[in-house]
Amino acid sequence: MTIDLPVIWYLLIGFAVAMYVMMDGFSLGVGILFPFIKGDENRDVMMNTVAPVWDGNQTWMILGGAGLYGAFPLAYSVILPAMYLPLILMLLALIFRGIAFEFRFKSNRSRKWFDLAFSGGAMVATFSQGVVLGGIINGLAVSERAYQGGTFDWFSPFALFTGLALMAGYALLGAGWLIMKTEGDLQKRFYQLARPLTLLLVASMIVISVWTPLSNGRIAERWFTFPNIAWFAPVPILVALLSWSIWNGVTHSHERRLFFKVLGLFFLGLSGLVISFFPLIIPPDITLWDAASARASQSFLIVGYVILVPIVLIYTAYSYYVFRGKVRAGEGYH
Amino acid sequence: MLGFEALDLARFQFAFTVSFHILFPAFSIGLASYLMVLEGLWLKTGNEIYHNLYRFWVRIFAVVFGLGVVSGVVMAYEFGTNWSGFAERAGDITGVLLTYEVLTAFFMEAGFLGIMLFGEGRVSRRLHFSATCLVAVGTLISMTWILMSNSWMQTPAGYEVIDGRFEPSNWLEIMFNPSFPYRIVHMGLAAFISVGFVVGGVGAYHLLRNRRDQAARKMFSMAMWAILVALPVQIIAGDMHGLNTLEHQPAKVAAMEGHWENEPDQKGMPLVLFALPSMNDAANHFELKVPYASSLILTHTLDGKIQGLKDWPRDEWPDVPLVFWSFRIMVGLGMLMLGMGVVGLFLRWRGQLYEARWFQRLALFTTPVGFIALLAGWITTEAGRQPWVVYGMLRTEDAVSMHSVGSMLTTLIGFMVVYAIIFGIGIYYMLRLIRSEPMNMVPSGGPGHERQPKRPMSAADGSFEEQN
Repeated sequence: MTIDLPVIWYLLIGFAVAMYVMMDGFSLGVGILFPFIKGDENRDVMMNTVAPVWDGNQTWMILGGAGLYGAFPLAYSVILPAMYLPLILMLLALIFRGIAFEFRFKSNRSRKWFDLAFSGGAMVATFSQGVVLGGIINGLAVSERAYQGGTFDWFSPFALFTGLALMAGYALLGAGWLIMKTEGDLQKRFYQLARPLTLLLVASMIVISVWTPLSNGRIAERWFTFPNIAWFAPVPILVALLSWSIWNGVTHSHERRLFFKVLGLFFLGLSGLVISFFPLIIPPDITLWDAASARASQSFLIVGYVILVPIVLIYTAYSYYVFRGKVRAGEGYH
Repeated sequence: MLGFEALDLARFQFAFTVSFHILFPAFSIGLASYLMVLEGLWLKTGNEIYHNLYRFWVRIFAVVFGLGVVSGVVMAYEFGTNWSGFAERAGDITGVLLTYEVLTAFFMEAGFLGIMLFGEGRVSRRLHFSATCLVAVGTLISMTWILMSNSWMQTPAGYEVIDGRFEPSNWLEIMFNPSFPYRIVHMGLAAFISVGFVVGGVGAYHLLRNRRDQAARKMFSMAMWAILVALPVQIIAGDMHGLNTLEHQPAKVAAMEGHWENEPDQKGMPLVLFALPSMNDAANHFELKVPYASSLILTHTLDGKIQGLKDWPRDEWPDVPLVFWSFRIMVGLGMLMLGMGVVGLFLRWRGQLYEARWFQRLALFTTPVGFIALLAGWITTEAGRQPWVVYGMLRTEDAVSMHSVGSMLTTLIGFMVVYAIIFGIGIYYMLRLIRSEPMNMVPSGGPGHERQPKRPMSAADGSFEEQN
């Protein structure tokens, strides 16, 4: 029996993307929540909760991109040019977000500008990522192993909506994270934000779940036929249960569980995508086997991945352990 | 629009973003190794000057590394957004090498940088030194993978072409392709030399302010030794790299030399010192030549021959004036740098190294000279590879993504504006760090030290702006 390497690589890259979405998701969420919180000191605390870890979080995005390049070069070389403008916008926004971390604490007069760079950078980067996701779900025009569509094919009401939806999602992740990492009045503020954000996110997930099969016959067919429907059924049920539990968790002030429940919501959303599209890697036609690089490439690379990623995970867990606990005003890492 | 085609804009955009980016990794590679030496010397000798110098330079390293990270993320995506034809055909090889770079270098650097920058006083000296070494090694590993990839594009090996795509057939041949050993030595030395001139320039600046400053003396002296040793080695390495290029990419060497016609028999090739090469006339104007010198340099004989550009079809010529002049700038600056090393040795012998103000002013003035030579060298080798992206196999025009002129121009302006802003902020802040006294470094992160920096560029305690 030969091992189906492309399927394994699909899961490994999925893992890197999931790590990125969940980890940079809350870092970007902190930036999205900036406008809701007034006061330099509060904003210092918010930034300090992510300051020691944001860089490592972002490295997962590079792993996802580079891994796609090496394991599915066709997907890399179609999705990236198709999403040219939103991706470049995302990269530029991430530059502003990144340098704001470094320079905000050193500035006095221009602190407002670095607040804007941090928060605006996070919002634009998140929105762009959501647009890219929506654009991929909508499908890309591919022929002769190259993208054949136009510069603005990604621009659609659906993609703009997924952009906004992701902003709500990351903001909720950020709120969950900040509830865990802060205390007192500031923490109360995030409890207050958690419920409306949960409503927004769940409403967005419902809209996306209705919109997708309505505009995409193949997905509708996939979802509403037996036995596929049996695979899907748990996803909406679990989403409903988790959201209800998050709603209740706010009442009972579950400081830590809330964040992990929001992570659970994201995980369900991502698994819903995988169930809907597997084995497609570029909707509507290109499968992961079409896009895979040579077996000699995938097997050479997998050795490094399975040895090195566990080491990275151990190191990452350790650094979260070192910086565990509440962050208080005036004791920042800066 | 403006007479540019989308391909020109794509090339210019890549050249702009990669030139901006490469300055910072090159700076990090050299500086990380220098920091490793400083900390090692401090642990070995117990001399506090080394410790002060470490603390002085580690703050600058933090800013440089941070700018390298933010500009590097862009590169990892640009291969796909702008060069999708290349990514699709060569991703089986170059994508794999890039992923290995992420796995072996990026995570390791990010992981140990924190301890290196902020761990003093929290971990043992030995562990801290290990972290410094691992970050230094990480920068070298990173350089290794990306130069493997670049060298493979210059001198492809270990592949088979199947349905127009490059598939790996022998990974060792891919990784250790013919130009890789020369390129990595040449680039590694270039990074060390560039940083040598930065350290020398900063040392000179502080000597000019106070010639008794012990730390300034030490760094100036160390830089001058490094330059003296590295330059001759680099010139030999460059010569060998050139011979390797002559073997595998003769058209590039012809462009570097401004050599159009094959020489008649029994006659050595002259070295063109100055000329204005013209692509239209396929000839040089205003030539200034040294007889036999080119034969001597390139073949190490008096009458050796190399092929002239006219041996290749017109559509396989690189941009001759660009390659010709960038090569001369690199070599010229190399000679200037060698000269400074020799003068430094002479002044040291006469006991004048810390006294000769004119030499210190020269060293201050030439602070960026290594980086300029490094960029000129990269322009020579990359522009000299044209019109190929994978040499002899895949043309650049077949590698580019099909973007419109409008969207290329929009993103190019976006990059230029954003990079100008972050470069401005970064340089402004670095200059502030450089101006601080190297002998007055306060320990950071020790007991009773409240503000614990945890982020690369936040390693410095100082405020970004003057308090007013």
